Amino acid sequence: MKGYIHSVETFGTVDGPGVRYVIFAQGCPMRCLYCHNPDTWKPGIGEERETDDLIKDFEDYIPYYGTEGGITVTGGEPLMQIDFVTELFEKARAKGYHTCLDTSGIMFDEDNPETMAKFDRLMKSTCLVLLDIKHIDDEEHKKLTSHSNKRILAFAKYLDRMNIDVWIRHVVVPGITYNEEYLTRLGEFLGSLNNIKALDVLPYHTMGVVKYENLGMDYPLKGVEPLPHDDGKKARDIIRAAYHRVKGD
Amino acid sequence: MNMNSEAWNGFEAGQWQRDINTRDFIQHNYTPYEGDEEFLAGPTQNTKDLWDMVMDLSKKEREAGGVLDMDTKVVSTLTSHGPGYLDKNKETIVGFQTDAPFKRGMNIYGGVRMAVKACEDNGYTVDPEIVEFFTTHRKTHNAGVFDVYDPEIRACRSNHIITGLPDAYGRGRIIGDYRRVALYGTDYLIEDKKAQKESFGRVYTDDVIRGKEEISEQIRALQELTKMAESYGFDISKPAKNVQEAIQFVYFGYLGAVKEQNGAAMSLGRTSTFLDIYAQRDLENGTFTEEQIQEFVDHFIMKLRCVKFARTPEYNSIFAGDPVWVTESLGGMGVDGRTLVTKMSFRYLNTLNNLGAAPEPNLTVLWSNHLPTAWKKFCAKMSIKSSSIQYENDELMRPIHGDDYGIACCVSSMRIGKDMQFFGARANLAKCLLYAINGGVDEITKVQVGPAYRPITSEYLDYDEVLDKYKTMMKWLAGVYVSALNIIHYMHDKYAYERIQMALHDRDVKRYFATGIAGLSVVADSLSAIKYAKVKTVRDDDGIVVSYETEGDFPKYGNNDDRVDSIAVELVTFFMNEIRSHHVYRNGVPSMSVLTITSNVTYGKNTGDTPCGRKKGQPLAPGANPMHGRDTHGAVASLSSVAKLPYKDSQDGISNTFSIIPNALGKDTVIAGDL
Repeated sequence: MKGYIHSVETFGTVDGPGVRYVIFAQGCPMRCLYCHNPDTWKPGIGEERETDDLIKDFEDYIPYYGTEGGITVTGGEPLMQIDFVTELFEKARAKGYHTCLDTSGIMFDEDNPETMAKFDRLMKSTCLVLLDIKHIDDEEHKKLTSHSNKRILAFAKYLDRMNIDVWIRHVVVPGITYNEEYLTRLGEFLGSLNNIKALDVLPYHTMGVVKYENLGMDYPLKGVEPLPHDDGKKARDIIRAAYHRVKGD
Repeated sequence: MNMNSEAWNGFEAGQWQRDINTRDFIQHNYTPYEGDEEFLAGPTQNTKDLWDMVMDLSKKEREAGGVLDMDTKVVSTLTSHGPGYLDKNKETIVGFQTDAPFKRGMNIYGGVRMAVKACEDNGYTVDPEIVEFFTTHRKTHNAGVFDVYDPEIRACRSNHIITGLPDAYGRGRIIGDYRRVALYGTDYLIEDKKAQKESFGRVYTDDVIRGKEEISEQIRALQELTKMAESYGFDISKPAKNVQEAIQFVYFGYLGAVKEQNGAAMSLGRTSTFLDIYAQRDLENGTFTEEQIQEFVDHFIMKLRCVKFARTPEYNSIFAGDPVWVTESLGGMGVDGRTLVTKMSFRYLNTLNNLGAAPEPNLTVLWSNHLPTAWKKFCAKMSIKSSSIQYENDELMRPIHGDDYGIACCVSSMRIGKDMQFFGARANLAKCLLYAINGGVDEITKVQVGPAYRPITSEYLDYDEVLDKYKTMMKWLAGVYVSALNIIHYMHDKYAYERIQMALHDRDVKRYFATGIAGLSVVADSLSAIKYAKVKTVRDDDGIVVSYETEGDFPKYGNNDDRVDSIAVELVTFFMNEIRSHHVYRNGVPSMSVLTITSNVTYGKNTGDTPCGRKKGQPLAPGANPMHGRDTHGAVASLSSVAKLPYKDSQDGISNTFSIIPNALGKDTVIAGDL
């Protein structure tokens, strides 16, 4: 089947283990203020690609990816096209390729049995989830992304129950998430889970600004300075400390 | 020959004691190293002091406008200058090109004009007697070439469709097997050369006469090299006895070469694993400590960083700076499956720690997926730290050359001591396409440079018509190009023979007749635009096409798209076969490179608008690179396009210049990692 693709990066080094073939799915319901890919928001546009075609393209590059790398689907929000991603991952797993899903979890819906059936099926062929938790505080999350974080946190717990390996990603923005209380609460939440394998703290940067300019859009975080590397390290230490407190290490 | 020496005690015997055969010695004696870098030693105080002196001289040189001192009276030869030192008491490896560090020697055999201009442009004047002598009494390479050049070659040269020809400067790209000086000493090497000379027999054909004369020159060069070393207090007539001497003797061999030749690339070869054999023996015998051995290596590398030539600003603009291309090839795998990485390979890279990053020597790692993991990691670490390491594909070259080859300049591979190269600069294929469209008229100078074939007269370009005319024009270009190179190499051999480098070769060398192309991606994209989009010609008042308007999109080289990549592949094979179809000087083996590191900027300046949308004067992409910004699917797709180019038709090397911000190579574990 076909999916809407924004672009493909054949040399992905930051979206999962090893060197990866990264597919940027088109379309996202979230409107994160710091989003650096606003051109991926609108669904139903971009290039239509068959799953077979993408697998074939990936296979052309396997010597570069070795056994550690693989395929990552990111976006946009890939799970707006969950059937497409599922078919892609099932085909990849059938050939033994490592699959990684980079998602916000916003499409998760425990109250909808149909959705749950789809998630259950997808997880069977997902090796690793990169879960973006935008904000631990629900009110703040709404301000930041225009959505509640309830589904996202429920998704995290679901992944724990399903025993899927997860790398957490968290963007630390001055004045929004660079806050000791929030970082601590995030660490405590993560500490309640047993499937978190890594923590990826992303210091806020302003490299997306130019995309807004190109799209003729106002940049929502105008004036917010990039977070210095050392502060990123501090933020990570706060999350880790809380995590290990909960774990009792 | 039966050779023996006390200096060889402890080495495993082999064929290397009967023939001059460095590889055999290495294979019998080296110790592969699969460990990590923990054993490495830091810089000694003497190393720091000496490096401070070099940095101070560099600063003074910059302040002086780029040259600190030049010899204007003495033509540089092996024995022209007395010894030079930084600080004799602190240097463990000695030798400069002249009698003082940073004083540039005068190399005149390549051409008087260039030597004079190199001095004048830097505010110096060559002794008029020398100019007179080399104008009236002793001809130079440059004068010889211009005696023979025809108007067509001159026109191609002045209109820049063939550029950078080594007709006024040293061709370089010849690597002596400098290791032979250390392993055998010059006595055995001279004895061997004398036997070679006799082996020609008594039928005096042109080739035999030239061969015997050249070997006489080689013997004389080895004798003079011995004298040069004597002036520094070393006896290199006998084999080196320990690692310090081995490094010193290798360096003397190289120093001899850079005293006599101001070549376009003066590369070192593949010395580290050879030298490790001595280091290993000295460590086992307690002769030297690791710290001492690292100090010798640091001082050796420091010397290589101080090699300097007198050059003109024009030369520097083609090559972006003042490069010597002291390329040293490191690591790689042996044909028997053992790695050729040794502790010495680590010590060479460690100089980037001990002395800091530098472009010279051009440390080149011969990369294979079979290399030891610890070595790969160390290379990656040092690359991130210094941005000073070049990588080349051992898996591609080893099947052709075996496991004792090295890189001359940046990509030219050759077996050490067995192959040499006639360096041949480049033909501008992008400009050739414009000639095809304009019937041989230069799009910038409007001069009829190429043959007056029928130009294209249609408003819109037709792919089949353009390709047909283009191939005809490439045939012509290949012919003129090979003719120019035949003349150049004949004269270089005659008037500026590389006697010391060739003394460190076998008698019967394989001579690669190297050519090169520039503008590959521009041509591939232009032809793709003509084929898959609509390209309209824009003519000036004389009816010459000076610009193009492209309607619609087209596949671009660099995205792993066979529709256009196949065009690039076809061009490479076509032009190489055209080169092969011509007679080449001295039974050369034609080869071709798709290589420019910096000169693509100059080539672009002299190339008009191209059908791909590139404007007049804009740089061509370097080497085999896709055009800047046109590869939109990430590095792996881009590299995959380049990797399709057939190595058998571009055996002199394919370069892809690739920059990446460190963050894009993965995250630092401080920010990302296990919880």
